[in-house]
Order: sequence, then structure tokens, then C-alpha cells
Amino acid sequence: MSPRAAWRLESLGFGEVYEYGGGKLDWMAAGLPTEGTNAKRPRAGDLAHTDVPTCRLDERLEDVRDRTKEQGWDAAVVINSERVVFGLLRAKELDLEADQQVSQAMQPGPSTFRPYVLADEMATYIRDHELENVVITTSDGRLVGLLRKGDVSR
Amino acid sequence: MPGKVDRDKLRRMVEAGAQLVEVLPEEEYVEDHLPGAISIPLRHLGDEASTRLDRNRPVIVYCWDTA
Repeated sequence: MSPRAAWRLESLGFGEVYEYGGGKLDWMAAGLPTEGTNAKRPRAGDLAHTDVPTCRLDERLEDVRDRTKEQGWDAAVVINSERVVFGLLRAKELDLEADQQVSQAMQPGPSTFRPYVLADEMATYIRDHELENVVITTSDGRLVGLLRKGDVSR
Repeated sequence: MPGKVDRDKLRRMVEAGAQLVEVLPEEEYVEDHLPGAISIPLRHLGDEASTRLDRNRPVIVYCWDTA
């Protein structure tokens, strides 16, 4: 729609016209503020825990489990040096055989959601899919935080 | 030919006085829009652009994405 709008403005005689192709999705996925009736409603990015434990693919599961529990968590997100999400270690994966690499134990490619999704919509999704945690990322897959069921349940 | 901007360039241009226009239907603008944007839905551009936009300043248009 925006390419057509940009060309239409040119046809109307506007000399300096630009198109923001990323659009509202790109803006909101970056966690940037918006204006409007939804602006004050809580979103996934507002409620996600940015302090969720993280680990790398090649770490020993036992080391990650110990570290995660010391921090009071029962989940950890598997990321690379760019904070791109590769997997999730939930309680059941953390309790697997200790002497293996994270890459073998993790839930690979977990579903992720963008920070702009309204908390009400996340609550419905988490309830309908019987999830405990949902990973929140930017549109290019970088970790924002972990949203827990209790954060959005009413 | 219209130019293209990314998020960073958009912010710089708006700070420098560019006009920002959401071309989605009005109800979508009401729910969420970029700070400082005005609403001129695509189908109304022909009627409203000339009266609501300044021809002497850059104009940036956006919708949800490129579709």
C-alpha cells in the first residue's frame, strides 16, 4: 500500500516523497512508542522479563541448570553472541541427563512473539496452547525477554 | 521515483521537519500510529493531500509493511 501511496503523491506533484517500507510492523517490533488508543495498553514487551537466564549451544546442561536455579528460574533461553534465539530450556529440558550439551537438550526453534502484541492477546494464546513461557524477540530474532503465564493471566 | 527510508532515517527526517503520513484505514490509525503521523488513507490521498500536506517539505508514507 505504501509504494502506491508514494507514487500517487508524486503524481500529485509532491517533489520529495519517501516510503517507509518496514512500516508500522517494523516500528512496533523494535519496541518503539506509538500513539493511539492502544498506546497505553500493556504489551508483551512491557511485561517480558529481560533478566531471563541465557546460555549458549555448547554449554553443559548441568552448568546451565545450576546457574538457572541459582537465579530462581525454571527456564533459560538459548542464544548466540548476537542474542538471536536458537532454543528454549524449560523445566523438563533442564531436568534431562546432565552430561550433555544444551544443543541436544533444548526445545529448538520455539515460537516467538513480537514486543508489540497486546498482553490480552498473549494471555489468550498462552491459555489456548497450555504454555508456561513464551519467548519475546525483535523481528530479526533477537531476545527481548521471557513472558511467563502468570504475567498475563487474569 | 519515490525514495526509501529505514527506521533511523525516518526519525532523522521527521526531526528535521518531514511530514509523516499513515495511509492505512482511519480505524487502524486510531488504534496505533507512529508519533507525529497524520492519517490520510490511500483512497483519500487524491482529495486530501493537496490541502493537508506542505509541498515544500518531504513526505514519508507508511502502512503495515510493504504490502
